[in-house]
Order: sequence, then structure tokens, then C-alpha cells
Amino acid sequence: MPEIDTNLIENKLPGFLKEFSTEIVSTQDYRGDLTVVLSSGAVRKAIAFLKMHLKFEVLMDVFAMDYSKFEPGTPERFAVIYNLFSLSKKRRVRLKVFLKEENPEVDSVYDLYASANWFEREAWDLFGIQFKGHPHLTRILCHNEFEGHPLRKDYPSDGYQQLRRASPSVGL
Amino acid sequence: MTPSSISKQPSVLTPIEAESRNMAFTTRLEDFINWSRKNSLWPLPFGTACCAIEYMATVSSHYDISRFGAEVVRFSPRQSDCLLVLGTVVEKMGPILREIYDQMLEPKWVIAVGVCASSGGFYRAYHVMQGIDEIVPVDVYVPGCPPTPEGIIYGMMKLQEKITKGGIVRARDRYKLNRK
Amino acid sequence: MQSVQPSDNFLQLNLGPSHPATHGTLRIFVKLEGEIIRDMKLEIGYLHRCFEKMAETHSWNQVIPFTDRLNYVSAMMNNVGYVMAVEKLLGIEVTKRCQRIRVIMAELSRIIDHLVCIGANAVDLGALTCFWYFFRERENIYDLFEAACGARLTTSYTRVGGLMADLPEGWVEWCRKIINNLPRTLDDVEGLLTTNRIWMDRTRGIGAISEARALEYGFTGPCLRATGNSYDVRKTHPYYDYDKFDFKVVTETAGDTYARYLVRMAEMRESLKIIQQALSDLPEGPVNVNDWSITLPPKEEVYGSIEGLMAHFKLIMHGIKPPKGEVYSYTEAANGELGFFVVSDGEGRPYRVRCRPPCFAIYQAFPEMCIGQTVSDAVATLGSINIVAGELDR
Repeated sequence: MPEIDTNLIENKLPGFLKEFSTEIVSTQDYRGDLTVVLSSGAVRKAIAFLKMHLKFEVLMDVFAMDYSKFEPGTPERFAVIYNLFSLSKKRRVRLKVFLKEENPEVDSVYDLYASANWFEREAWDLFGIQFKGHPHLTRILCHNEFEGHPLRKDYPSDGYQQLRRASPSVGL
Repeated sequence: MTPSSISKQPSVLTPIEAESRNMAFTTRLEDFINWSRKNSLWPLPFGTACCAIEYMATVSSHYDISRFGAEVVRFSPRQSDCLLVLGTVVEKMGPILREIYDQMLEPKWVIAVGVCASSGGFYRAYHVMQGIDEIVPVDVYVPGCPPTPEGIIYGMMKLQEKITKGGIVRARDRYKLNRK
Repeated sequence: MQSVQPSDNFLQLNLGPSHPATHGTLRIFVKLEGEIIRDMKLEIGYLHRCFEKMAETHSWNQVIPFTDRLNYVSAMMNNVGYVMAVEKLLGIEVTKRCQRIRVIMAELSRIIDHLVCIGANAVDLGALTCFWYFFRERENIYDLFEAACGARLTTSYTRVGGLMADLPEGWVEWCRKIINNLPRTLDDVEGLLTTNRIWMDRTRGIGAISEARALEYGFTGPCLRATGNSYDVRKTHPYYDYDKFDFKVVTETAGDTYARYLVRMAEMRESLKIIQQALSDLPEGPVNVNDWSITLPPKEEVYGSIEGLMAHFKLIMHGIKPPKGEVYSYTEAANGELGFFVVSDGEGRPYRVRCRPPCFAIYQAFPEMCIGQTVSDAVATLGSINIVAGELDR
């Protein structure tokens, strides 16, 4: 059951609650990790707010998850998780957005944080999450003739796909 | 190399006969060429993963592969004759391995070092090639994850044995010659 | 990235995945004007061994060998990082002796990682002697690892809730002896490199990045500390009693290859200090947590009592079953902040294991560090940022 612990958010992220009160779906503080679940349209604004106003200088990680085999069920199948770190205030926060199964897409934050570029490409490669506005959303880890998104739960772990031609996937 | 025609020593030798005993002996051409090839293998370390680090330890001063004449590592396929595949070869890397193998000149040998190169290792995964023998012919498989430097040296010694027993016209070339 | 026009005088060069300068399987496309790099594009994934998918099909303890092969030059740190995440999920704390041994192993791994990085960097620039010296030291530390867990490189020493086995007898004195001999090699190589005219000319001002850009890219570890920022997980979020050890966080300000080299050399000496302090204060006691639903019971109990037998059977057949949840745990690996995000759905296998590789963020900034400099400078920079393909591609 989604719940929002307003005291927790106000202590850890002052000003965030007022700004995004309608978009926060739930919060969680499990084993000391603060997780905030947002609606998918608000991610870009939230990350910009955290960067500008709350001094979260570093985007540590962006990755995706497939909750299709998770019990209890989650609101949607896919989730993208952003791991932010504030060096000056020594705080961490995890933002989570749930995306629908048919066409999972979310705004890209590559211009806010330069580190997001490759992390988002990897999420596209392994899960098929579309990042709107990303300049170059192509395969980064699997080879360029690969079909499918291997880390989804319905992809077999030994689903081999041989590469036929050694052409590079990027060139100049 | 076995000198195959040393005749029995006569009871009395002229001085020049005695000298020439030490200067020359006869052997087969194959033995001579194989001896020179096996003691001067120029490896191409196609290092991808952890086994490459163990190979770096093998060429270092503690294990020292230059005792076997193989310290001249050449990263160009045109200049080397032994392709050491060190580490996992994934599907993306496969065509590159094949291109490197094709560019090498005969005679050439391939050693698959480590279980990942031999059979995919414990990665039964969507992107890992289950052994490089899917794409290149392998002469020696060295198991281990990673094999210790002693294992890699033993693999090279096995390759040296294979070279000793082989002919100088290799089976592949004989096939090509016969086809014409 | 505009397409090349016939009037452009640019040469497109591919520093392919099989290249002596690319440590591991990295592919670099450069657009050259003479020798100066005008543009650069990277391609990775040549060692994508599907760690995250393999983690979903193996049990919690079976993932530990897969973590070895992430940053294979310092395997112990990955083991420690992963089991720390699982222990955080379980909500348990390991024994003091186990914590101290893990700290010693992690610092030894940090030393061998820096030895390889500097050795390989020196080889690329022609200084072969340092490589031999450093690998000789690595052999000594390999002997220690082999005595403790049986393997030199891919150790798999930790288990969830403890270690594979306690240290053998005499290990502590042996380690102390090796640690006391190591500074001599470091002094030798420092004498060869640090004030060497050729080394300084080839590495100062090369591959520089500013602190602000480094933070944008998510740098952590020695590459960030070389730009002036003193973020170190061991000081900022201390774990395993790191706040009780006396060591400095080394920083430089230039952010170039020379600064990264200096930071790594000094960090090795700090790690030696930590190991000496840890060895002198090694607590006695068990190394495994006394919870038989997580660690295997001792053999006397397994063969002697019915509870031990049942616990052993249940643990082997069903595995560890952490409560449902997701945690992120991070340690200071040799390259930076190595994070593991672990999700459990209550079963004996992880639902998802995400490894946050420090090299991934650092390698993204590599074109920015190299554009405008020559190809040989790119080679020097690539050696200094310590890209390990196992961690980059997982």
C-alpha cells in the first residue's frame, strides 16, 4: 500500500515535498535507504530540482528493473531507478518511476548529468526502456545484431544470438 | 632431435674424423624445422579477461616464459605464430577473433587458455560464445579459471610436443595441395 | 558529429579491441588530423558476460564467483562488496574478526590493483622495468591469497554471513613480512618514475579533467581524488571500522595522468598503513555468523546433532532466503565506488543484482579527456584511468 512519510521526506529533502506533492506516489526507508517513487512525467523536473536546489551533484546510477515475476505485484512492470548522491551534504536518495509495459518511456536526463548518457543506453539495451530526447539511444553492451532485451524476465538466460558480420555499431 | 645415423665408433679415428664427430650430425628436415619452430613461438596474446592477467604473471620474472623462447609477444597477427586466446570470447568479439586468426600466416597454432575460451566456462549466457572452437580450430585447451601460470606453461609445452610430432606440411595445407 | 567531407583532412583510425594499448577489450574510433585527435567515439561491450542475468539464475552464494570476475585484478573487493549488500538486506552484522579480515583482504586487493594499473601504464609508455618489479610483488601477495583461500586471482573468499574459512596458522606473520618488504619496491619504482623527465613530459597535462566535470560524469575513486575532491567512501560513510584506522585520503589537484599516478602510489602506502594496523589488532573469535539459516553449521554439529543436520540440509537445498526488499550498498573499490543494488523476492535466488561499476562512469569521460591531444597521449591516459573490461561490461 503506497504511503508517503512526510516527516521523512521533509527531513531528508527539505522543500521537495512542497514542490512535488502531487507527483510523489510513495516513500520508503528500508535499511536506511531512502526511496521516493514518483510518477513518470515528473522525473526530469525532480532531478533538476534535486540538482539545483538540494545540491545532489552526482548521479551515481541509472538502471531499470523488470517486476513481472515479483510478488506482490507492482503498479507496472518496468521501473527505472535513479541513484543520486550529494557530496556536500552526504545524503543519498533513490528515485523510482514505474513505467507501463507496452511502451516504457521516460524523459532522458543526459543534459542534466553527463553520466546519464551511457547508463540510459544500457537500460535501453538490456530492458528496452525508451529515453525521450536521448541523442544516441543504441546498443552499448550487446552486439548490434541482437534482437530483444536480454535482462527482461521473459528472455531465456541462454538465448544465444550469434553475430554474423563484424561491422562496428558506431563509426565516425 | 635424434641424430639418426651415428655409426658405431671405430676403434681408431683419424684426427679429422674425431673432430667432425663433434661438429655435425644428421637428422630429418622435419625434426630440425619443428625444433626451431617450437623453441621460438611468437605468441599473440589475445587477452580479453582474467586469464590475461595470469598470462601477464607468466611472462613476468617469477614464471618467465622466455625460458621457452616465447617472450617475444607480438600484437600483430602478421608477425606472430601462436594465438593465445586468454579469457572469455563473447559474441561481439567473435568476428574479431576470426579476423585476427585469418590474418595470421601459416604455420599457426591456437591455444585456448582458460575454460571460458575452451567451452564458455560457467557463463551459460546469451552473449558468451561457448568455446572459441565454434569459430577457430584449436590445438591445445588449457583448463582452469584462471589456469595458474604453471598450467599455461604446461599448455605451451603440450603445444611444443604437438609441433614435434607433426609434419612440416600441415594437414590443412596438405588438404589444400591435394585439392588442386 | 558531422560526416567526413572529402575536403576534410581527417584520418579515421580504429584502435581495435585487440590492441596492446587497450587493456582488455575496448574499441576506440578516432578522427585524426595528423596526430591530433579531433573526435573520438568509444565502443564497449566486448566482454559483456551477462553477470546480471547469471545472478538471477544462481543462488545467493553462487553469485560470488561471478563477482570475482567483475574487476578481476582485485577480486576480493568485489566479493566483499556483494556480500555486504546481501548482509544489509538480511539485516545482520558479521563478526568482528570477519570484518577485520575482510578489511585486510580488501586493502591487499587495492594494492595489487594499483600495481597492475601503474605497471601497465608504464609499459604502454615504454618503462618495462616497473612492470617486472610490480609483478614480483603481486606474486608475493598472490601467495598470501592462495594460502587463505586456494586461488590466486579469482578468490571467492567471502560467503554471505562470513568467510569461506578462517586464516591459516602463520598467515598473519607472513603477511606482516610481505607488507614490510613492499615499500622498498614502491621506493624503487618511484625513484624510476616520479622525477623522471620522460615520464613527467609524457604524463603531465595529459588527459586532464576538472573537478566539476568529473563530478558531472560520476567519477569516484583515485580519478576523482586526482582532481582535488576528497570523496572516499571509507571516510565519508565508514564501514567495517574504517573510521578507527588512521590513514589519509590522498588528493592531487591537476586531474591529469601524472596526478592519477601520484594518487595511486600514495594510496598504496596508505593501504599498507591500514593493513599494519588491522594485523596488529585482529580479534579472536569465529568468522561466521552464528545463524544457521545463513551460514553452514560446523561439521561437528552437522554430524552430531539433529538441528545441525536439518539446518545444513535446508541451507543446501533451499539456500538463504532474505526478506523481500531492495538495498543498495557501496564500498570503496580500487577504481571508485563499487555499488551493488540487490533485490530479493524471498527466494533462494536473487531477483535482481545490479552492479554499479566505477569504470563505466569514468570511461564515458575519456573522449573529453583526449580530444585535442595526440594518439600517444590517449594511450597514456587510457592506462591511467584503469579501465577493467570485466567491470565495464560486466
